Amino acid sequence: MAAPVETRDLYLEEYRRRAPDLPGAGLPWLRRTREDAIERLASRGFPTTREEAWRFTDSGPASRAPFAPPPPRSGAASAAGAGPAHPGAHLTFLDGRPAPDLSALPAAPGASVATLREALDRSPAPLEPVLGRLVPAAEHPFAALNTSLFEDGALVHVQKGVVLADPVHLVFLSWRAAEPFRTLPRIVLLLEEGAAATVVVSYTGPAGGAMLTSAVTEVALGEGASLRLVKVQRESVEGFHLDATAARVARGAAFSSHVVTLGAALSRTDLTVALAGAGAECGLSGLYELRGRQHADHHTTIVHEAPQGTSRELYKGVLDGRSRAVFDGRILVRPEAQKTNALQTNKNLLLSPEALVNTKPELQIFANDVKVKHGATIGQLDRDVLFYLRSRGIPEEEARRLLIHAFASEVVDAIPVPWVRETTAAALFTTIGERPDGGRP
Amino acid sequence: MVAPLLEIRDLQASAGERPVLRGLTLSVRAGEVHAIMGPNGSGKSTLAHVLAGREGTKVTGGTALYQGRDLLALAPEDRAREGVFLAFQYPVEIPGVSNVYFLKAALNAIRRHRGEPEMDAADFLVHVRERARLVQMSEALLQRPVNEGFSGGEKKRNEILQMAVLDPRLSILDETDSGLDIDALKVVADGINALRRPDRAMVLITHYQRLLSYVVPDRVHVLADGQLVRSGGKELALELEERGYGFLAGNGSGGAGPGVTGPEVTG
Repeated sequence: MAAPVETRDLYLEEYRRRAPDLPGAGLPWLRRTREDAIERLASRGFPTTREEAWRFTDSGPASRAPFAPPPPRSGAASAAGAGPAHPGAHLTFLDGRPAPDLSALPAAPGASVATLREALDRSPAPLEPVLGRLVPAAEHPFAALNTSLFEDGALVHVQKGVVLADPVHLVFLSWRAAEPFRTLPRIVLLLEEGAAATVVVSYTGPAGGAMLTSAVTEVALGEGASLRLVKVQRESVEGFHLDATAARVARGAAFSSHVVTLGAALSRTDLTVALAGAGAECGLSGLYELRGRQHADHHTTIVHEAPQGTSRELYKGVLDGRSRAVFDGRILVRPEAQKTNALQTNKNLLLSPEALVNTKPELQIFANDVKVKHGATIGQLDRDVLFYLRSRGIPEEEARRLLIHAFASEVVDAIPVPWVRETTAAALFTTIGERPDGGRP
Repeated sequence: MVAPLLEIRDLQASAGERPVLRGLTLSVRAGEVHAIMGPNGSGKSTLAHVLAGREGTKVTGGTALYQGRDLLALAPEDRAREGVFLAFQYPVEIPGVSNVYFLKAALNAIRRHRGEPEMDAADFLVHVRERARLVQMSEALLQRPVNEGFSGGEKKRNEILQMAVLDPRLSILDETDSGLDIDALKVVADGINALRRPDRAMVLITHYQRLLSYVVPDRVHVLADGQLVRSGGKELALELEERGYGFLAGNGSGGAGPGVTGPEVTG
């Protein structure tokens, strides 16, 4: 495979050229982190399907050639994709660059929402133990690409005991361009002891253009902190989306993640949660709705490192056309993590005979006093239920839509932000419901 | 003379590959309640499924006209919107869809078809609550997912509630009495009686006579081996109760012959 070698070499060359000008270049710890990452990428290369973790997902289209940084953009192209306005802080990036005219950052005592570049310039100290520390570049070549070359992103920092009432919204909007380009969003979420917040991260963009988004999010929760993190991915269905997110959850803290995957031709989301302190808990939920030839891969890893941890995981998928989904859910219980309680479920609804799911639970349990359960299902719309609905006068297409919604509702209803819940439900209607044949060949 | 609401002639149908209905003829007029009785395997449920348009049944001959139109040519949802209702022997559970949402979607689909405005949520709630009293359905059951975790009796009451809400012209009730204790049977029977109307017909498909003690039919038919072998007034049901289906063997001869099976054991 000659092509990936060339690609990584070109990224390496770009790094050598630009390193002195990247944000945080003056910080020795960040410089080292970036150097490590680009060296890992150069020596390891991009993944192939010969690797177990990438067996069902061929990332070749996203790594066969290097993606250039985004082209310069005039402000005129921007506003159309901004979407509805929401209460609370919102920080919008257009093609990876901050868009102040699409952002609003109301003052919130005890909390700061800032671009990562600003944070690295002004007060980098809180970032040092987290940035580049939680998502290991060694294991994820696209995370290594982000770490070595990221130019901006966001920091949400909530101080001890502070509870943020309104959700913080981070928007990464990739607009169409004549040439494919890449964005490398980098997000750090820091919640100190007893802090609480809700953060919505949207990756979005209009159809058209095979852009690459390679995002990394790192989350550090202090003791007793609580974070609800909602990620909505609605990028161009021709694009590539890779996301590595890692969270470290201290004693008594709670992390809940809600992932909604609707866009991109190829997407891969790696979510790793370490329950590092006693009594820490996490709830991970996901919904993927795929059509045409879309491919979405969700890898989750929950590491129970300490006693009395609880994890709940529910991912649901609706697949139409020739789409393909991969779910890989790993639960690792370390020897000291006694009294762990973990439950993992993955359910898939196939609307087309050509759709395909690979689902794989992976339990590695090294403690003896634990409750760990998992289950996976792959099914179709129940013919008897469809007939029942039709026999009451409900047209077949409406009946199908109703059942798809019913299937997804468990996950949609759990999304803690009303407008995300509503737009997600609406997306299910407009995408699946409006196709009489469900996109089947 | 008014044309029949439902006119079935020489209907032949198979379930899967197996021929089940072998030339069934039946005429039902508006205002009438007909009972079709028969032993297991006689074709009762196949008849209900054919009339509702269920997959897995295949009409191989004969006709069924509803209001003078070819019923069998219509899609299931179109039959419903034209006023045909099937109460299921085994109502399905629909997790994630509330009973009240389901009823509203069904009623509005039918109203759109009739060219009537859709009912909004508030008006619909008033409407459905009033109908729910007919079958003693609680508010809690209205808000729960359709049939999920319902008892057998609650599921059958829910079928009658749907009939009450959707206001059909022709109702086919497939063994709505099976699996009910006496109290539930009375509730269901009261609901059915309350919905009898001069412009509405009902076909009660049943194995046992006991429902017919509460819902008195105008006509009783006996289905055996895919054909109606005998028809009569309500007293025929009592005769069947006393003598069992066995005496009817011999394709409508009406005489009891040696070696026929004994009375069906009720359970």
